[in-house]
Amino acid sequence: MTEDLVWRIAGGSGDGIDSTSQNFAKALMRAGLHVFTHRHYPSRIRGGHTYVEVRASENPVNSRGNGYNCLLALGDSFARNPKENAIYGNEEIKPLAENLDELNEGGIIVYDEGLIDVSEVPNFEARVEENDWNVYPMDLRSLAREHGREVMRNTAGVGVTAALLDIDLKHIKELMRDAMRGDVLEANLDILQEAYDIVSEEEFSHDLRVPTGNHDEDQVLISASACIAYGALDEGCRFISGYPMTPWTEVFTIMSQNLSQFGGISEQVEDEIAAAALAIGASHAGVKSMSGSSGGGFALMGEPLGLAEMTETPVVLIEAMRAGPSTGMPTKPEQSDLESILYSSQGDSNRLVFAPGNAAEAYDQTREAFRLAYEYQIPSIIVIDQKISGEMVNVDESFFDREPNPDLGSVLTEDEIAKAAHHESGKFKRFLHDTENGVSPRTIPGQKGGRFLAAGNEHSEEGHISEDPVNRINQMARRAQKLEAIREDLDTNDASHQTTFGPEDAEYGIITWGSQQGAVMDAVSALNDAGHSVKGLGVSDLMPFPKKDLAAFLESVDEVIVVEMNATGQFRGLARKELGLYGEKMASLLKFDGNPFIPQDIVTAFEETIVEGKDDVSNERTKYLPEAGVIQ
Amino acid sequence: MSVFSAIGEEREIDSNEFTPGIEPQATWCPGCGDFGVLKSLKQAMPEVGRSPDEVLMVTGIGCSGKLSSYFESYGFHTLHGRSLPIARAAKLANPGLEVIAAGGDGDGYGIGGNHFMHTARENHDMTYIVFNNEIFGLTKGQTSPTSPKGHKSKTQPHGSAKDPVRPLSLALASGASYIARTAAVNPNQAKEIIKEAIEHDGFAHIDFLTQCPTWNKDARQYVPYVDIQQSDDYDFDTHDRREAADMMFEAENALHEGQVLTGRFYVDDERPSYQQEKQATGEMPEEPLAERYFDEDYEWERTADSLLERHK
Ligand SMILES: Cc1ncc(C[n+]2csc(CCOP(=O)(O)OP(=O)(O)O)c2C)c(N)n1
Ligand code: SF4
Repeated sequence: MTEDLVWRIAGGSGDGIDSTSQNFAKALMRAGLHVFTHRHYPSRIRGGHTYVEVRASENPVNSRGNGYNCLLALGDSFARNPKENAIYGNEEIKPLAENLDELNEGGIIVYDEGLIDVSEVPNFEARVEENDWNVYPMDLRSLAREHGREVMRNTAGVGVTAALLDIDLKHIKELMRDAMRGDVLEANLDILQEAYDIVSEEEFSHDLRVPTGNHDEDQVLISASACIAYGALDEGCRFISGYPMTPWTEVFTIMSQNLSQFGGISEQVEDEIAAAALAIGASHAGVKSMSGSSGGGFALMGEPLGLAEMTETPVVLIEAMRAGPSTGMPTKPEQSDLESILYSSQGDSNRLVFAPGNAAEAYDQTREAFRLAYEYQIPSIIVIDQKISGEMVNVDESFFDREPNPDLGSVLTEDEIAKAAHHESGKFKRFLHDTENGVSPRTIPGQKGGRFLAAGNEHSEEGHISEDPVNRINQMARRAQKLEAIREDLDTNDASHQTTFGPEDAEYGIITWGSQQGAVMDAVSALNDAGHSVKGLGVSDLMPFPKKDLAAFLESVDEVIVVEMNATGQFRGLARKELGLYGEKMASLLKFDGNPFIPQDIVTAFEETIVEGKDDVSNERTKYLPEAGVIQ
Repeated sequence: MSVFSAIGEEREIDSNEFTPGIEPQATWCPGCGDFGVLKSLKQAMPEVGRSPDEVLMVTGIGCSGKLSSYFESYGFHTLHGRSLPIARAAKLANPGLEVIAAGGDGDGYGIGGNHFMHTARENHDMTYIVFNNEIFGLTKGQTSPTSPKGHKSKTQPHGSAKDPVRPLSLALASGASYIARTAAVNPNQAKEIIKEAIEHDGFAHIDFLTQCPTWNKDARQYVPYVDIQQSDDYDFDTHDRREAADMMFEAENALHEGQVLTGRFYVDDERPSYQQEKQATGEMPEEPLAERYFDEDYEWERTADSLLERHK
């Protein structure tokens, strides 16, 4: 069997789905497989239907894939609370009923007979027959109760599916031993083995097996949020301030939990304006700092972001997007804040914007965002979204084997200050006009002789408020010049973050940015396998915009589909604005129903529009915008 | 030589060192109370022994916010209402700095009200001077949060229907550990209070009454004022929160009625500063974080050495 295993565990949120699936994924990773987890949860704390998928493959995985093939439906224990018999509507059967749509033909269903009554699941028998599903009812609840407690149903379920898929229990047991102690550990080990043994003795009606793993490197299972936090720490970031908002909270939490171990400071403050302002204040005083938020909270950061631009105070902000406008859909991904991230705040924008396309890129680009912010004295924004923030993927452990970079960038020592340019009053020329790359020298409060005023108003070279037209033009030009210098820095340091995939000489192209990169990569492979000639480009540099990379890609193909999760084609708009050309080549495939693209969405759209020439796609969940028209 | 050699330097300091080569007359109107704050502040600095290079002056927006332009030190002229979050982070980053924040009544009690409450609550070791002229000065005389009820302005032509904010009571309820009121017309008291506030280890709030002869012509010039510490009529314990609260309540009512009571209202020397609290929980290093970036010998730990273990 070469088919990838995509295992889905479903239950009520609060039922331990997350930790169970993480261990399952780690066990498969330890067995040498490539893994990828996808999480779906509602905007509710307890109860409400939730699931996590674990995809495991012998080859590297970029996305969740199309559909899944093994369901473990645990039943929703919170649907029963507070009383054993109080069932709210048919919530209890949701972990089974709600997951059937995406289960592939010939797939496996394991459900907890103790909690789910299949007679309540609409058309269950008929659907099973029609889709050739293999159903294994198990009384997981009783099994768990017998050896331990009812909450250990998860473990029983893992044991059952492990037996059905022929997974060695060794790694799962190891992980349990690491995480638990005493009676709890013993009970769980018993349940796991017992569930495994019961099933092993049965005849299976399916032939799905876990693929054989073949890693030769040590791996870690990690999310983009953790990669951002670790990238920041390795770059010497020692101050974070924030206010919780989903999904930014993940980065904030990981940083807060680890920062003190590295001697850093974390502050949860009164609102997002304060959060951004604190990060700016700490950076002004000489500490590498970050803050961040999601849509609405980031909107509040607009004004402090402008202050960082004007005072040229380095700072890194994270924007973890979720569906908008307003409070939108808190637990659903979207890529619709792009325009607000690029241009929010008053005045002409001088900021860096990066949108990593996977966890490893998130680590790299966070480091780059800090390096550039501090070297060029400019705010950097790292854009992620609800999808990429929490999904876990295996990365070679050696990837993180890097040196820390505590360099504060263009900061002078006191000896250098003594020799630097000063105003006749003695004030240091912090905002010196004539510099090579737009970067003027910086001092830190407390350094002798380095006094200056950082003003949010337009200011002179020494920081005094000034509306002098010549000074204004010089300062504007210098700030803008930094963006050009950074573009060059990225290009010459080979730190440009565009990812290309597929055959170089392909006829057609698919462009995407940020979190949708993995699904596009898988779609491009599938299309080439099917005999089409397609290549892909995942764009991560949004400001300064990688004009050359984009132009070269667009030039090299006949037609392009731009794939992004919003309703208006914001990236396509940006590309048109920056390039002023190629509009006739760029059509858009958009999705904004709260669910990220799966590769098949893109494959279908390509075949229907480019191959068959339709000007719409049949999938009602996606939207197709024909070419954008030419601007000369 | 330390990294920040200006910090903690022992030498005679002259108040003239705090005068930059730029004059406040450029923007402040003749007779403005803001001149008084500037003067008292400059005079207090040599007495607390701080040099311009070790002071960070963070201001908001308004006529008052221009203080950082006319006071020679490291400065940050921020956004309307946002001086406090910037100031307090700078203090956390480098506790050796003398951090002073300043702004107007609109800046501090209006748009920045939320930050005022929380900075006081956290008791950061810093000084906050609010220039209280009961009006918006820079935007040309609109009603401010401290304008008296019934105050008429172009944007409140029917007269304000709101009771004014009670800055002293607000600071006390929020948790400030030093609270005083002084007036620009009383430079000697002002200097003493600024000095005490700077030397206080915690959040020191000064409600500084400043006249705005341009837009608030009807307003009293805060004379005659009464120094509550000098007067036999007011006997209370500044260390007793309850008595301080009563005294503040009285002073705030009195101001609405035209009587100006100034002086120290509350002093709590016992309460640890936020920095001390945070260090006690292990959330903040003992040495100034900002120094670390200049320390050649400091070993920067990699996340790969400790954090990746849990991901395996
Ligand atoms: C976000 C924002 N809103 C409004 C303004 C316009 N503005 C500048 S100063 C000011 C009021 C100043 O009044 P106050 O704080 O009392 O200071 P004063 O000028 O009286 O010293 C206002 C509303 C601004 N700069 N920023
Ligand atoms: S407008 Fe009022 S507060 Fe502003 S400078 Fe003039 S007198 Fe002072």
